[in-house]
Amino acid sequence: MAVLVVADSDNAHLRDTTHKTVTAALQMSGDVDILVLGQGADAVAAAAGKIAGVRKVILAEGADVGHGVAEAISETIAGLMGGYDALLVPATSAGKNFAPRVAAKLDASPISDVIEVVSADTFVRPIYAGNALETVQTGDAKKVLTVRPTAFKAAGEGGSAAVEKVAAASATGTTFVSEEMVKSDRPELTAAKIVVSGGRAMGSAEEFQRVIEPLADKLGAAVGASRAAVDAGYAPNDYQVGQTGKVVAPALYIAIGISGAIQHLAGMKDSKVIVAINKDADAPIFQVADYGLVADYKTAVPELMAALG
Amino acid sequence: MKVLVPVKRVIDYNVKARVKPDQSGVDLANVKMSMNPFCEIAVEEAVRLKEKGVATEVIAVSVGPTQAQETIRTALAMGADRGILIQSDTDVEPLAVAKLLAAVAKEEGAEVVLMGKQAIDGDNNAVGQMLSQLLGWPQATFASKVEIAGGKAVVTREVDGGLQVLEVALPAVITADLRLNEPRYASLPNIMKAKKKEIAVKATGDYGVDVAPRLKVLKVSEPPKRTAGVKVETAADLVSKLKTEAGVL
Repeated sequence: MAVLVVADSDNAHLRDTTHKTVTAALQMSGDVDILVLGQGADAVAAAAGKIAGVRKVILAEGADVGHGVAEAISETIAGLMGGYDALLVPATSAGKNFAPRVAAKLDASPISDVIEVVSADTFVRPIYAGNALETVQTGDAKKVLTVRPTAFKAAGEGGSAAVEKVAAASATGTTFVSEEMVKSDRPELTAAKIVVSGGRAMGSAEEFQRVIEPLADKLGAAVGASRAAVDAGYAPNDYQVGQTGKVVAPALYIAIGISGAIQHLAGMKDSKVIVAINKDADAPIFQVADYGLVADYKTAVPELMAALG
Repeated sequence: MKVLVPVKRVIDYNVKARVKPDQSGVDLANVKMSMNPFCEIAVEEAVRLKEKGVATEVIAVSVGPTQAQETIRTALAMGADRGILIQSDTDVEPLAVAKLLAAVAKEEGAEVVLMGKQAIDGDNNAVGQMLSQLLGWPQATFASKVEIAGGKAVVTREVDGGLQVLEVALPAVITADLRLNEPRYASLPNIMKAKKKEIAVKATGDYGVDVAPRLKVLKVSEPPKRTAGVKVETAADLVSKLKTEAGVL
């Protein structure tokens, strides 16, 4: 069987969510191609060709696909699916936006957020905010999956796949107006090796910035937040870690003033090492933490900064 | 302008789902059920559109068991005008739900379908996108702001790393993200009024949609448990353990 993986990029850089999705694809089949959708994305296609195990790279360029317009992307993909038995898409907000459309077009039942490939037709995915894992088998001739990148190791480099260009579709009823990306020198939340997250205990946006951000910068970490902190307006929405936000799996996750609601745990419980700092010794976060410090963050964070030197 | 709002009856947001010992699914017996939180946000937005005079009628539709009528009643109490229940005692997969909703949207002549981005049980995040594809209508998913005027909707979307603004021509499918609004609580008089509102009960067969599942659920299991580690006494202890024991600093 042949598998098509859709690359995740910002038109300039290939994200390693692509490499992780390729790993899932290689567990299904040896015939894996990558589709790069974008505009001015030659560098992305070249980088995709270097991923080990990839057969070829298809580059589809156009204004609408470059802006991530789902109608144009799904139409472009559907036009290519004649040559493939499965489509694998990184489960990012962009991927979730178009993958189900392709499934509907192919009359397939999509499988979202795959965390394990059992066989070429059987997959494991979390349901109920990660409180249960469902193993499903599909009989669809063309399979459409989104893959949770944090659940797979990144495929290595060393490939030399050729790049083939195809035409990208455009959208008719949907027009891109603008986008406003948060600019930051910090690593991206889902790709960071260390994540420092703050919760509702911060009490205000000023306190969140005063406490969480310097610690993150000292560690070269990304900044995260619980949904409670985001809902209270202490942190922007794209900081949110959890079932309804981002799913992260860094080497080190430091939760400060976060109680550990189920929905937050679903977004970070696959981190390698979890540290919790909370003044409530009974907070559920301590049940998943490798290292717990029962202390008020107001004293613990300055001490931590000092200990880090 | 008619607005169609699909709503789903799911396990209550505050209840922890428990896997059945025989791994056949999640135990929903004697568990509190409520309207999916993202659906509530969609109902709120639709009712606000009606209050602003943009929408003329808000229709709540649900695919589910008889008890899903309660979920539709909740939508009616929040301000929806009438309801449609497409009754099914078995689980209907997102693809079939999208096909049923497409049939209802066409039959009702809806100009906007406003729905939650995902249900908190199956966590698929797929029906809105599939519905848009099946209807051939534009989509604007994960909305945090919706402005409708002049046959168009300008939608601010929550995307990885920031916000994106799209303009979609109506009719269109819009899916709601968390920050779109804060749903109201239905007042007692409105709950009473909702009891008199009409709910049409239909069968999946009425729409000629094949709802047979495409996916076979082999098992539903508990996720691997993380065990609690150690408590450290001081921040200095913590740093030294992270350096030497865990090796992550």
